[in-house]
Amino acid sequence: MKARLKGIALTLFWAPLLAGCDLVLLNPAGDVARQQSDLLVAATWLMLLIVVPVIGMTLFFAWRYRESNTEATYTPDWDHSTTLELYIWAAPLLIIIALGAMTWINTHTLDPFRPLSRISADEPLAANVQPLRIQAIALEWKWLFIYPDQGIAVVNEVAAPVDVPIRFQITSPRLMNSLFIPSLAGMVYGMPGMETQIQAVINEPGDYDGVSGNYSGEGYSDMRFRFKGMRSEDFQQWLSDARTTGQTLNLVSYAQLAEPSIKAPVQRYASVAPDLYHRILNLCVAPDKMCVDEMMTHDAGGHAPAKH
Amino acid sequence: MATAAPQDRSELAEFLFGRLSLDSLAFLHDPILLGTFIGSAIGGMAVLGWVTKQQLWGYLWREWFCSIDHKKIGVMYIILALVMLLRGFADAIMMRTHQAVAFGDSMGYLPPHHYDQIFTAHGMIMIFFVAMPMIAGLMNIIVPLQIGARDVAFPFLNNLSLWLSTAGAALVMVSLFVGEFATTGWLAYPPLSGAEHSPGVGVDYYIWALQIAGVGTLLTGINFLVTIVKMRAPGMRLMKMPVFTWTALCTNVLIVAAFPVLTAALALLAMDRYLGTHFFTADGGGNAMMYINIIWIWGHPEVYILILPIFGVFSEVVPAFSRKPLFGYTSMVYATCVITILSYLVWLHHFFTMGSGASVNAFFGLATMIISIPTGAKLFNWLFTMYRGRIRMTLPMMWTLAFMVTFTVGGMTGVMLAIPPVDFLLHNSLFLIAHFHNVIIGGVVFGFFAGFNFWFPKVTGFRLEEFWGKVSFWLWLVGYWVAFTPLYILGLMGVSRRMSHFDDPSLQIWFEIAMVGAFLIAGGIAAFFMQIYVSFRKREELRDHTGDPWNARTLEWSTSSPPPPYNFAFTPVVHEQDAWWDMKKRGYERPTQGFIPIHMPKNTAAGMVLSAIATICGFGLIWHIWWMVIASFVLLVIGSIVHTFNTDRDYHIPAEEVARIEAERTQQLAAAGAQA
Repeated sequence: MKARLKGIALTLFWAPLLAGCDLVLLNPAGDVARQQSDLLVAATWLMLLIVVPVIGMTLFFAWRYRESNTEATYTPDWDHSTTLELYIWAAPLLIIIALGAMTWINTHTLDPFRPLSRISADEPLAANVQPLRIQAIALEWKWLFIYPDQGIAVVNEVAAPVDVPIRFQITSPRLMNSLFIPSLAGMVYGMPGMETQIQAVINEPGDYDGVSGNYSGEGYSDMRFRFKGMRSEDFQQWLSDARTTGQTLNLVSYAQLAEPSIKAPVQRYASVAPDLYHRILNLCVAPDKMCVDEMMTHDAGGHAPAKH
Repeated sequence: MATAAPQDRSELAEFLFGRLSLDSLAFLHDPILLGTFIGSAIGGMAVLGWVTKQQLWGYLWREWFCSIDHKKIGVMYIILALVMLLRGFADAIMMRTHQAVAFGDSMGYLPPHHYDQIFTAHGMIMIFFVAMPMIAGLMNIIVPLQIGARDVAFPFLNNLSLWLSTAGAALVMVSLFVGEFATTGWLAYPPLSGAEHSPGVGVDYYIWALQIAGVGTLLTGINFLVTIVKMRAPGMRLMKMPVFTWTALCTNVLIVAAFPVLTAALALLAMDRYLGTHFFTADGGGNAMMYINIIWIWGHPEVYILILPIFGVFSEVVPAFSRKPLFGYTSMVYATCVITILSYLVWLHHFFTMGSGASVNAFFGLATMIISIPTGAKLFNWLFTMYRGRIRMTLPMMWTLAFMVTFTVGGMTGVMLAIPPVDFLLHNSLFLIAHFHNVIIGGVVFGFFAGFNFWFPKVTGFRLEEFWGKVSFWLWLVGYWVAFTPLYILGLMGVSRRMSHFDDPSLQIWFEIAMVGAFLIAGGIAAFFMQIYVSFRKREELRDHTGDPWNARTLEWSTSSPPPPYNFAFTPVVHEQDAWWDMKKRGYERPTQGFIPIHMPKNTAAGMVLSAIATICGFGLIWHIWWMVIASFVLLVIGSIVHTFNTDRDYHIPAEEVARIEAERTQQLAAAGAQA
């Protein structure tokens, strides 16, 4: 009874606080984050099956076998029981087998490189739907998003229509960062000279937080952006807004943009140089630098790199 | 921000001082640092003045600094840990107060450059210069006594290890006032830690402090491995070793296998910074992913280096205070060995988000989860040791129970992070911060306090008093939960670690609660020092003449408290697992005559001298003062060689001296018997 009162008191203490905050990871708006979140909750329940009894037994044994309680049984030499030890090893083993199976399957189905197979729990992905490609580039200290198929680019803001699969291609020309939109999907690092991916879909229109999830120096705290889930017509409007700015993102304007800055404002570009992303990814934006892919091709062929 | 030397310096100044200039004295420009500097200067002068006034220098030098006695070295390790705990905790409380106010228009009171140094220093200090010396200190004091040895296998190396660790700690402390510390996070990932992004001396302080301390740790590992394998008392077969010694053995296997990897990783990083190589820079065909892999191949075993001996502490405390043998000794030993091996197979779970394929991630996730099976078995073993026991609720036992409850939760959140798709959500978040503080505070720190309260009478001859000990216990326990539960919640709200400023006002309340928790822990630390002070004042009241105040079970309790320099007048012979309990049960009679001279190692100043030279060498490397580097390095090599020719390394304690000490003990025991 006393313990129950304590439990109620605790709930009363935490409940108003928890009600006031938004546990976004437990209630995300994108299907991928939703599945990751469900897995988190399921794993927690599964482990509580063993964690709660262990904590309970710890407190109960400490109280029951206290020195002053002479009524409790005392077995001063008992230190072994094969049966009990079998249970001791088997109980966590069974939990881990169950959890391991869940982990193996979900790690594969939720692999960030794997194309989506569904839009939401009750809507499979129709055949022949091509994902919306967005190239996410982590600069110091802002995000540049290029829409290669729409030909536009935006700084510190990214949008996508609801219920359309999105493929982020992530890189970071200098520092290591990670692309994290908690409502949409878990994070993946962006690293120099490499491309990683996130597949995701947003299921509800809205304005969501996006951050870098990996510390990258002075301006890191303010390396934030907005992710907007939009209805299809709003998204088309958003695209044409960008196209009317008349700004062009080419090697020159990119070099200016890439200079370190903190709290960069949202900026839109109506057109993007077609080879820009390739050059950013392969660390050859400066005109005299050899691209990494070219160098690797040379190296693989056993040739010395061509002189510039 | 970087403390590069001004351009207009003469070549001579450049040669003499490298990058060092008056501008490097950072504390002159920053009020927070200036206050810290004045405070530590006054405090330091007060301590030095007191030591001089009491004319303690000669005593300290001869009896402590040059001592090769494992017990004294252990005590000095723990003093190092406690001093550095104050520094690391000062960083912690600055972070908690800063984050509680840095919302919206307020940028907090720490600019990012300062804040970034603080979280880097906090992590690095707490792991390398608090937790590691705590572990090294406990092992030093207890392992030789538990196995019935007179010292460790290589007593001089042991002293050298201590001073090399202290040298590393000293360099980190110097960085507070001369120059700056790294702003990279505690593992100094490139490219951020490369010369291009961190041109200042911060990362160099980090590298050389760790390189020097790392050598000390590696030597400790070799030393204790040999000690445990070769120097056990007759009859103590491996499966009769006390569990603390077993865990120490496994930890030292891990140290010997893991620390060279850290040394290699940092050496490659240093070459990138000093020689312009491209191991980790994308520009020259290198790759930062390699550093991240290597550093975690050291880093994951490192967490087991810290926690295994603590599991050993609990395995001694629970039987002693439940008045029962440890339940499932054999499975405890196997569980420890399984953890030792598995700890090498899980490093990739620190970066599931780096883009490995699903099968690789799943493999490392599963390997991680499998570790929770032997760990769970250990918890059950402690539980069933308590079952049908007679539990004395002393401070060591209270810390153990707090550990069992707290650590279980930390283990659960750890397994959550081991599921790759879940980790994509929680990686680098405050949830992760809460998790590892849950296992490090709830595990290593609580376990250290359990061991400290348990073995304190063995080292000093008097028990710790309980009132302030309990105040400290409750403040730490409640403080931990108040400080880190909000961080779990913030993590689920998608808040990342290492942020120096926030926009969303709804987060603020949680940071404020966490700050309250940090202040509760501050109270716990203060009460802990109060406990030591009050115990010292009341030492006659708390005196233990028996050498066995808890009626405990292992060999360290068979000798006097504090033990004589030679530990045991005659090497004990072991028949059972709990050797001392077995001796007591069989009516063991202490020999009171027939003593023979005892062969002992001799004190030496070589460890201190070599470490001082290593510190100077490190300082020269950090500031690019090349003449200093070359001179001190040559001296270091020559000094080491010269020391090998020193044949005056041992002496015999005469039989009469042994007889005198043992006769005193006989009297003490008689007095204690009369009192009882």
